[in-house]
Amino acid sequence: MPVSDIFRPLAMLALAGLAAMLVSVSVGSADLGVGETLSVLAGGGSELHRTLILDLRLPRSFSAFATGGLLAVAGALMQVLLRNPLADPYVLGLSGGAAVGALLAMLTGAAGFLISGSAFAGAVLATLLVFGLAHGSGSWTPSRLLLTGVVVAAGWGALITLILAMSPASRLPGMLYWLMGDLSHAGHPWPGLAVLVLVCLLVFPLGRSLNVLARGSLQAAALGVSVRSLEWLIYLVASLLTATAVTLAGAVGFVGLVVPHMLRLALGNDQRLILPASALAGGTLLVLADTLARVVIAPEQLPVGVITALIGVPTFLFLLYRSR
Amino acid sequence: MTTLTTDNLIIDIPGRAPGSPLNLEVRPGQVWGVLGPNGVGKTTLLHTLAGLRAAHGGRVLLDNHALASLKRKAVSQQLGLVFQDRQDGFPATVLETALIGRHPWLSAWQMETGDDVATAERALHALDVGHLRDRLVSTLSGGERQRVAIATLMTQAPDIWLLDEPSNHLDLHHQVAVMRLLAGQAASGRSVFMCLHDLNLAARWCDHLLLLYPSGEACWGPAQQMLVPSALERLYNQTLVTVEADGAPVFVPVRS
Repeated sequence: MPVSDIFRPLAMLALAGLAAMLVSVSVGSADLGVGETLSVLAGGGSELHRTLILDLRLPRSFSAFATGGLLAVAGALMQVLLRNPLADPYVLGLSGGAAVGALLAMLTGAAGFLISGSAFAGAVLATLLVFGLAHGSGSWTPSRLLLTGVVVAAGWGALITLILAMSPASRLPGMLYWLMGDLSHAGHPWPGLAVLVLVCLLVFPLGRSLNVLARGSLQAAALGVSVRSLEWLIYLVASLLTATAVTLAGAVGFVGLVVPHMLRLALGNDQRLILPASALAGGTLLVLADTLARVVIAPEQLPVGVITALIGVPTFLFLLYRSR
Repeated sequence: MTTLTTDNLIIDIPGRAPGSPLNLEVRPGQVWGVLGPNGVGKTTLLHTLAGLRAAHGGRVLLDNHALASLKRKAVSQQLGLVFQDRQDGFPATVLETALIGRHPWLSAWQMETGDDVATAERALHALDVGHLRDRLVSTLSGGERQRVAIATLMTQAPDIWLLDEPSNHLDLHHQVAVMRLLAGQAASGRSVFMCLHDLNLAARWCDHLLLLYPSGEACWGPAQQMLVPSALERLYNQTLVTVEADGAPVFVPVRS
């Protein structure tokens, strides 16, 4: 694939991402208009507008972008790992583990950093559990990993229901919002963005190996790929991405499944293009979804996961129906 | 060009007593056929020769270097393999599939160049699948996929070609075309080592044969010496009629 074939779509996606960010910081409880927003971003504007955009909306938009990008790249990686275009990090129970961690922290009345930290720990625990169990007595195959993940995810689901049933009514709304994904309590976006950029730089030189791995592990080994270490690396990186994303915004569904799949239909199957494109498109999608979540029933807010599912499900079904 | 040798190699087939050791020497220019009934370890042998699974005993050598001591990337520049089973579940086009053959020859930061694409396209045309280059592999017929797999090996262009039943799914014309292509590659200095189920293709196109018996015995050598009807009957536990046609022996199983 010529380099220009990679940069042109990425440049267009980056422009779309910028436009989405601009829209996202302009609209809300006080509509500023693009001109006013641009003057604030350029260093002008009134004190009130500066606070509104730079301290409130911009960090949240960056958080949304980071979360969407992280989830989409994690999904794209998991799909290569499992040789299954319909895999996604949530299928493997990573978000379930994170959710149990977060809900337990909420149940004990913890807030802020303790919830995020507990969610991260839950995601890591879920990763180790699935990987350890699927590995079993030696070789693990994609189907075994997938089945282990699905069953472990079902177990997490039961635990989540149990925690919800035991929780006092006053804590339930917060828990439900977290479970559906919610950006209103996202902390600083910078760690998430940093992880996203680092991973995109890391996976680019691995891209061609991933293309080969997608043709099967034996074929990859025959073409000189050290399959076992590459698969470990993908799994760990995808888990780190997912854990970072759920720590930022809770369990936002469908981004990791829909975004890479849509991009494959539009741009082909070269991972060197699909992975950075997933980061940009996933980020853009979540920025737009979060903007909708803020304004649809303003001043109330919807959990952003509801929007991604409502956009994602029909889009995905349409693409699947239209493709061969 | 590379010579593939095995030094007292015993392949590892779970649940079976180790067979007799193999001391093969596959030289540039040779076309080897591996014959034997189902489950005798033909595929296991190919995977062992490619370094994809450990041997029960002995060593595989590439030009006197133990294969196990070489880097996978270096191995894949000298030796390639067409598998019997392929995972075509993940979407990829025919050209993308053939292009992965260039993987051993490129560094991590290198993109495929126009030369690499041209190499892949030449291979696809040689296997008569050039017109399918933008189709998804999952939409092809079995025989077309088989030819794409051989084109991928041709794009990889190693010295030693290992093929697991390359004539599978191919129609009569393409069987002959593929055999002619393999013979041509050998004539240009490569070596071909393939498992075959079709005795007559082996008799026609191979200059060396390895017979693997269910008992674990093995014998190998120049094809004329190995194509003894009584030995082949014992190999397949099947009575054969031998006739001569188009300058080669033809073996036909008797009906009763």
